[in-house]
Amino acid sequence: SQTLTHGPTTPAKTPSTSRSVRTQDFSDRRGNKSTPIQTSRSASRVQLFSPAPSVSPVSGRGEGRRRSGGFGGCASGRQTGPRGAVSEEGVRWDGGGRRSRGVGRIEPVSPPTQVQLNFNNLEDFPPVGAAQSPPVATKPSRRINPTPVSAERPNSKPKSCFISTPLSLPASPPAIPESAGAKLTAGSPHSLQEERELLRKERYVWAVIFSLNNIPVSMMMNLICLLSIYVHADVLEKAYLGNVHNCVYFSVRVLENQFELVSHLDKCTLRLLSENERVGTFSSSLKDHLAQAQENCTAKVLPSPPMFVHSVPFQPATDNRSNFSSDRAFHTFKKQRDVFYGFLREWEDSHKEPGWDFEAALGSRVRMMVSQLTAAGSHSHFARLFQKQLIQMCKGPCVLGSSSDAPDADLLGMLGADSLGRLKRLQQRLVQPQGLIGPCPPPSFPGHQEFFKCFLQTASCCQLNQHLKDGLCQQLLKLDEVSILGPDDEKQRFSSVLLTARLLAKFLGFISFLPYQTSELPSRDIQDTAITLRSKSSPVLDVCAVLRSSVHRRRTILTVPWIVEFLSMLDHIGPLLPFYRTALCLLLQIYKRMLLGRGGELCYMNQLLMVAVLGWLFQIPIFPEDLFFSTDLKEEVKELENITSSQGLDTLPLVDQQLLYTCCPYLGEFRKLLAAFVAGSTSKSGGLIRKITPTSAELRGPSTSRSQQKLQVDLEQAFFHNQPPSLRRTVEFVAERVGSNCVKHIKATLVLELVKGGEKTLRDSLGLEGVNTAKLNDSICAQLCDAGMQALETATRFCSENAPGAVRVLLPLETSPSVLTTAESITTRLATEKACSWLSANITSSGQVQKNCTHKVPLGSEVMIEIKEVLSVAVGPRSEEEAYTVHQIESLLYRVGQTLGCRKKTDYLFLIRQLIERGLLGEEEVGTNWPKLSALSWPEVISKTLRFEAGILTNHFLMAFLVCSCRSL
Amino acid sequence: MMDSVSSSSATVADKSVKRMQICRAEYRVIGRFVEQLRPTRQCMKTLQTQFPHLPPSTLLSIFSQEYQKRMKRSMARHHAPDVIKEYYQRYRSEAKTRPAAPLLLELANQVDLSPALLARLIVECFLEERQASVGASRHVLNNMLREPYLIPDLLLAKHVEQCTVNDCCYGPLVDCIKHAIGLEHEDLLRDKLRETNLSFLDENQLRAKGYDKTPDIILEVPIAVDGHIVHWIESKASFGDDHSHHTYLNEQFWSYCNRFGPGLVIYWYGFVSELDCQRDRGILLRDGFPSDIVTLCQGPARGRV
Repeated sequence: SQTLTHGPTTPAKTPSTSRSVRTQDFSDRRGNKSTPIQTSRSASRVQLFSPAPSVSPVSGRGEGRRRSGGFGGCASGRQTGPRGAVSEEGVRWDGGGRRSRGVGRIEPVSPPTQVQLNFNNLEDFPPVGAAQSPPVATKPSRRINPTPVSAERPNSKPKSCFISTPLSLPASPPAIPESAGAKLTAGSPHSLQEERELLRKERYVWAVIFSLNNIPVSMMMNLICLLSIYVHADVLEKAYLGNVHNCVYFSVRVLENQFELVSHLDKCTLRLLSENERVGTFSSSLKDHLAQAQENCTAKVLPSPPMFVHSVPFQPATDNRSNFSSDRAFHTFKKQRDVFYGFLREWEDSHKEPGWDFEAALGSRVRMMVSQLTAAGSHSHFARLFQKQLIQMCKGPCVLGSSSDAPDADLLGMLGADSLGRLKRLQQRLVQPQGLIGPCPPPSFPGHQEFFKCFLQTASCCQLNQHLKDGLCQQLLKLDEVSILGPDDEKQRFSSVLLTARLLAKFLGFISFLPYQTSELPSRDIQDTAITLRSKSSPVLDVCAVLRSSVHRRRTILTVPWIVEFLSMLDHIGPLLPFYRTALCLLLQIYKRMLLGRGGELCYMNQLLMVAVLGWLFQIPIFPEDLFFSTDLKEEVKELENITSSQGLDTLPLVDQQLLYTCCPYLGEFRKLLAAFVAGSTSKSGGLIRKITPTSAELRGPSTSRSQQKLQVDLEQAFFHNQPPSLRRTVEFVAERVGSNCVKHIKATLVLELVKGGEKTLRDSLGLEGVNTAKLNDSICAQLCDAGMQALETATRFCSENAPGAVRVLLPLETSPSVLTTAESITTRLATEKACSWLSANITSSGQVQKNCTHKVPLGSEVMIEIKEVLSVAVGPRSEEEAYTVHQIESLLYRVGQTLGCRKKTDYLFLIRQLIERGLLGEEEVGTNWPKLSALSWPEVISKTLRFEAGILTNHFLMAFLVCSCRSL
Repeated sequence: MMDSVSSSSATVADKSVKRMQICRAEYRVIGRFVEQLRPTRQCMKTLQTQFPHLPPSTLLSIFSQEYQKRMKRSMARHHAPDVIKEYYQRYRSEAKTRPAAPLLLELANQVDLSPALLARLIVECFLEERQASVGASRHVLNNMLREPYLIPDLLLAKHVEQCTVNDCCYGPLVDCIKHAIGLEHEDLLRDKLRETNLSFLDENQLRAKGYDKTPDIILEVPIAVDGHIVHWIESKASFGDDHSHHTYLNEQFWSYCNRFGPGLVIYWYGFVSELDCQRDRGILLRDGFPSDIVTLCQGPARGRV
């Protein structure tokens, strides 16, 4: 039997059952699996609504109706089932026992054969709730106890996540709203007309739920439920809607009504949906609309990046020796960097192996490494590396494993339903087994995030955590302040900023609440103590202030998604603390005040993202249910919104489909569901995996740090203070670039000449008799100093020639002349400062001298191997045949000369000195003949100056020569 | 014999002609064959005759590495004080009876110890004997091995010289040559890069900037080889066998990856083909300068023939 990790499954079916669902005995199926009814029940968190009598089903969405379905009048229950059942009194029913909240794990079901439907046929469309009621035994009677809204509810009892219904949960009574059912069945038999009317009403209620969406349930979850009904209509029919056709009818109508939302789903989903024969059968117009939307869908999936470890680049500016307190700290960190990556690779290699455990495999080594960091005081460096590496690897969507594991979902989408069906087997082999996770998965650390999480848990190092918290807070707030001017070029940047912020916020939350995490909800007493205790210390990040400011400045599209990630990491007590309770309330009010589509098409996707992430937060276990009915801060948020600036990120169309799906991978559930329907297999793989890849590069800004010592600098600060920030950025940028270009220019011209000149001086001086090397050095250094002064002048000239022009071009034409002049001079000064500081620090370092030599000579090592070979024969032992002629030796010497003559290959001067020292070259000969010698080719030099002697001394010579050559090469 | 001397200068150029990637199975065959060899020029000839399809430089590199492993394994055996003493006594007594014979070389071959290493042990004993309690400084010892005629005992000098010039795996001359070969291949790499118009930073420039780990080359603009991004290039003038490659991985290649991203290792004398398995993790192996370089916006660059 299948493991029902996500709730009960629908029974596995044989093709025959799918064709004859209605005739199949319900209780039979029930016998071999968990209650099918549970599927429908668990797929819902039924929200009972006060009736919306004033609303006419035909008039569509409108302002007036918003209130009627409004939150305030709503029942307190959080369950909004596919029925969205209507209740008179605004009650929440309270099923006995714990209700499972999981969406039924959806098994792929075979598509039914196409049938012609007769809408007037009672068999195809039986009266709702009448014909298909299952045997009484399978539908235990439930008592729904109306609960007043005001009724006190326990504060946030731990609840299982929507999708994570444990298998062990006792089968709870089916969640069919009795009131609705009673109402519907009352006075039966209904006429067909009445039935249609009822269905229409029902889907209308749904539509209201969606379009108003000011109720605290996940819209996405609702859609998922809807699609589940749709796909599993043949199973659900018994439960409530009478039969498969009613189910499909209901689903299709809701889809039609919510077409705007549906049309923003990804292309593959749209295609699968439009090609679904049920859609075609029930609403050809929906089918057409879907096809059209599919064509308009421009979202593209970029090729996935290679999956090897992207390392954090070593930046001399932050990572070289000067950034460490001691040599030891520097070298320790050098090792730790490699050790860290070693862990990462080991984890990648083995974490998927059965039985592998982070703590067991790496625990002691991780702690050893961290303790060495503590000893060396390098935590800040490591925290920075850790944070950068985290961003590098985890910012995008998480698809772990080799890129070949998952086929491109869009590709399969392109193939269409038919081909897809045929590719069923192929798919089974290609697709990573992954069941449906449901629309509201609990917070998790997918992909490489798991490594970082486990590392922190295992290291359990307060120093590291503190440094990380500092770094994460700093970067988060920096990201939150990012200025984005327009959607055109900045969309990518926004996406990058948002994804990074979400990732960092999750880890900040993780580290911050880690000390308080408990597996169980503490008892009431402990809770109270903890609340009292923890209310005294200030939170790691003032999320409330950040949130308020974001609403005020209309930047919620950036701020809310990362705050959601941060808060999703809260421990059990966290949400009960006044501070976090306020934050959650703020989010709730933001959600309630938001209306999909209110900002027009332009920002529809922005809103969709907000709705999706907030809906998710409200649905995960940590969110205290009682907050839904709180009206705290309602007025505040309203006021905040009223005084917002008209401009802000929220008004820019920054979110695209790719970003939406990256932030909310659970949206992919739609596609998985539909694909599973098409595949119709009983395979364990639940569906397809879509990979969305990050598209943008890291943010990199020039970091300018300047010493602030002089009055000049203070004046400058004052000058910039009252100017637009872009002026300062421009000035700093231009100064940085001009200064750097100046350095490059001087390196390429002046320094090169200096080196050449110095070399010449050295060579010339060496030819003179009685040269004192120390004096020679001094004189060359003096020359260099003069040249250095000259270089500073050049630099000053370069900067004052180039900087003003660049600033002029970049600043607005309207800039006042005095501001312009000041900006120009500051830029020039900064650029010159930068260039000169480099020059004074580096003028002594020599450049590379390009030598004019064709190098078409034997390599030194080759010549040396030959010499050694000759030597070994000469020294023996040797065989009779092994002997060298004088000619061969001469030829070898010639090649030696050639090699040495090539200045690239050897330090000429050094060799000469060595040879003189060993008495192989006569010093007086070299001294007097130098000018002559340098004009000669090397073989000639050798023959003229080397003191050849016979016998062993020749060997001696060759050997010594070899050693000298080796050293000088 | 003479031919090989004069033609050896062509080895670098000719290498691309012969195959230099060897599968692990074939490497084991070579490994077993060299077990019985001594590090002499005669044995090298035998090796070349046995595996004529492989370049001599590759064979020498493989042999040298295998031989070094062998020496490390037997190190303890030869370095026991009584053993050293015995070797020295044997040399001393034989030097009296037949001084003209290549005594140390013979002894080395007999006990399967590298001639140069044996010479070192013997000179050490000699110096200890002369200076009594004062241990010979490393510096003096090294100089004497490098220039045997600094050894006061001329006969010993001759025998030591015989050892160092006949040993193709150990000794100051081999060290010099290896060092030179390494530098030359780094040079070769730089030349190739310039030929291909690729700008780069070399080790010295990197060190000057304060990098803590420095590959031979960092490309200023990354290239792609065989579809793999290359940020850095490390030149290894040796054959890449399992042992050396894993050492290099841990001490160098991974460190480069950890700092500079994916890169390329050139084993100029070839490598065990199975080792080229970390491409997806950023380490690509080649046995020469790649001819299939793709640069940014330019398509395939002019490659080497």
